[in-house]
Amino acid sequence: MATAEKARLISGPGMLLVWLYGVMVVGAVSRSAVQISTEFGHAPLAYSLSAVAGVVYGFITYSLVRGGETARRAALACCAGELVGVLVVGTWTLVEPSAFPDSTVWSDYGVGYLFIPVLLPISAMYWLRRARSPQGEAG
Amino acid sequence: MLDALTVATAVAALALAAWCGWAASRDQPTKDWHFIGMGVVTLLTAVQLVVGIVQLARGEKPEQGTTIFVAYLLGALACVPVTGFMSLAERTRWGSVTVAAGGVVLAVLEVRLYDIWGG
Repeated sequence: MATAEKARLISGPGMLLVWLYGVMVVGAVSRSAVQISTEFGHAPLAYSLSAVAGVVYGFITYSLVRGGETARRAALACCAGELVGVLVVGTWTLVEPSAFPDSTVWSDYGVGYLFIPVLLPISAMYWLRRARSPQGEAG
Repeated sequence: MLDALTVATAVAALALAAWCGWAASRDQPTKDWHFIGMGVVTLLTAVQLVVGIVQLARGEKPEQGTTIFVAYLLGALACVPVTGFMSLAERTRWGSVTVAAGGVVLAVLEVRLYDIWGG
């Protein structure tokens, strides 16, 4: 088997992760784009958080596709940040609903998105940690 | 018309997801028959897009806004073909899992489309 210069992060389960992250990018970015452009004043905090989530998702998707050790570490850090974001925002929306007149992608731990927002970073971190083992080393 | 099409597409998408999930459980990549199935589902979403645009042209208004309606129609159309190409790049069971996930996402989009149209 030919060894790639960079460790591929999108082989096997990684492909599924790219798809799910891609969906979240489109979901979060388009949602916040529509809401910010049409009714920003209604719930500025919620819409800004959705936009931030979209950017984070976009970066992780890009890192997964790019591959390599640097991208793997960057993606891992972002997944950790994403998980913290989901947990903080999820808790925040439950404790203080008044701060969020409208929901974000991370509201209630992502219940509106089948809990994908909270499950995705966990599975992605599991996958990225496993991908660390040097690939293509002669046995 | 549009509601019936939305329901049919959602059912077809779930069937595709189950079919590809079954292939994945048997450790198989997507095969020609699966791609025909993806073609059928994609055709349904394409018809849905055309019907949706015709309805808009006739002056009907979706309950939750035209922009969101059209965005979801386009997303529904792109959903399954994208996973199809991804399964071509990943010729293992994980390609099948990806297409199955695409079917589930499409079914969710159809439910949202139903609400957006106000059926």
